[in-house]
Amino acid sequence: MSVLVYTESDKGILKKAAFEAASYGKAIADSTGTSLTAITFNVSDTSKLGHYGVDKVLNIESVDEFNAFVYADAIKQAAEKENTAIIVLSSSADSKYIAPILAIGLNAGYVPNVVETPKNLSPFTVKRTAFTNKAFCYTEISTPVKIVGVSNNSYGLVENTGAAQTENFSPILAESSTSVVSVDKANDKVTIADAEVVVSAGRGLKGPENWEMIEELADVLGAATACSKPVSDLGWRPHSEHVGQTGKPVATNLYIAIGISGAIQHLAGVSASKVKVVINTDAEAPFFKAADYGVVGDAFEVVPKLIEKLKVFKAENA
Amino acid sequence: MCDVFYLLLVSSFIRIKILNMKILVCISHVPDTTSKINFSEGDTKFDSNGVQYVINPNDEFGLTRAMWFKEKQNASIDVISVGGSETETTLRKALAIGADAAIRVNASTPDGLSVAKHLADVAKKGSYDLVIAGRESIDYNGGMVPGMLAAMLNANFVTNCISLEIEGTNATATREIDGGKETLSTLLPLVIGGQKGLVEESDLRIPNMRGIMMARKKPLTVIDPEPNSSATKSVSFEKPASRGDVKLVEADNIDELINLLHNEAKVI
Repeated sequence: MSVLVYTESDKGILKKAAFEAASYGKAIADSTGTSLTAITFNVSDTSKLGHYGVDKVLNIESVDEFNAFVYADAIKQAAEKENTAIIVLSSSADSKYIAPILAIGLNAGYVPNVVETPKNLSPFTVKRTAFTNKAFCYTEISTPVKIVGVSNNSYGLVENTGAAQTENFSPILAESSTSVVSVDKANDKVTIADAEVVVSAGRGLKGPENWEMIEELADVLGAATACSKPVSDLGWRPHSEHVGQTGKPVATNLYIAIGISGAIQHLAGVSASKVKVVINTDAEAPFFKAADYGVVGDAFEVVPKLIEKLKVFKAENA
Repeated sequence: MCDVFYLLLVSSFIRIKILNMKILVCISHVPDTTSKINFSEGDTKFDSNGVQYVINPNDEFGLTRAMWFKEKQNASIDVISVGGSETETTLRKALAIGADAAIRVNASTPDGLSVAKHLADVAKKGSYDLVIAGRESIDYNGGMVPGMLAAMLNANFVTNCISLEIEGTNATATREIDGGKETLSTLLPLVIGGQKGLVEESDLRIPNMRGIMMARKKPLTVIDPEPNSSATKSVSFEKPASRGDVKLVEADNIDELINLLHNEAKVI
């Protein structure tokens, strides 16, 4: 009997979301008096998982490309092998793709977007976001096997001193009639899902040609870039950058909103971010009511100054 | 001779089946994105007082994509919703946009699993080639219904879908992944978790008077639910703690902003 965590990787390297999910799994394993097993696919170095409380790693090398059904099948078989009652996944795009399929396979209850360790173990109750971060919902899972999807950047990383033992795991997996044709992914850019800092801009920027300074500010901060809905609808920026209720949720440490007035849908989408900074010419913009720090000023004057000062700060604190 | 005739019959039947793709679009009836969210009965129930309901935006992108399949590839579209009679206004809107028939499963559902089971009951009987749902509903954000439905139907499944093309029984679908996109090749029957990108915001259709009049004559079938069990239950709700007032920094004092972010907020 152990808690099972799916620890996600990209090109053989474990992602930050994997260590967060492991940290969360370790907390549950401790409170239920069990061990923590991680399942990985094609990870070359699994030793770091021990630093986040994983006791045992089942590494699968027989699967070439990501396929939600094949991954769900493998995780299901790992859960059965480990006699698992609680499975932890992250809130990444791939984890959210796998989890519902896994839930049907295991007759398990699944709750995504969980932000804290369980409030109760019996009945098993977790706190999750709902209504796009406009509320939290305490949800009970009544099935014997339970699947928890942890929100990114909510529980955080908790280091441990353990060492993880790795074994190769080679379940017999069903074939899928779905295959990957191509992947289009910028390798050098921080993604909104993984970023510690997100720099976001809105219609206040006046046109797509003015995004150079936004990208430069993001570069200085090691941040991902994002935008408001009107900006993506106007085609100034790609849809993948649209954050808000119908776009992507942002749960980052620092969110900087430039020239975004703060429509309720946008504020909901970013409200899980820990610290919010707003830069806007209009002191009455609703975003000022939702932000921690604000600058009333013209983005075209404030942003270049911020870039210059941050460069100095980064050089001094490097 | 008889064999030839039979072959012709079978091949024309297959042709017809492929040409007339049957699509089921799952519609969730959700509070408008501008809604203020409140709870009643000791924070155990969503307070729908004064709340305007709409087609879940992710479902609306899917419905519009289905309309293109109807107009360009001669597909038929059924829309389905699981819920009480209040969801019928949303289904009528979907009919006015252009769906051919609507189904309401008359059930109140405690979780996504229960919704998916009701949808699967109907989808199995209707032998649909393509089922389109939103990648998530904007109320509970569970994002589990399309995947669970696919698993129950033994169908292929692509979620966060931003592009979908179908030729015969072959489908090419692009999904958004963290930091990019991935294009998949798959086969019908297929379940899609759709979102913006499937069609653009500007492609969405506002029902016109003719559509609204025609919608009144289209069938809206109410089905009594087959009993099913849920796996989870919402016990209570809580609103996020209100935050303190914003700290304003002068535009000519950016050093102070950096100081606050570094020393007070500790985020840089």
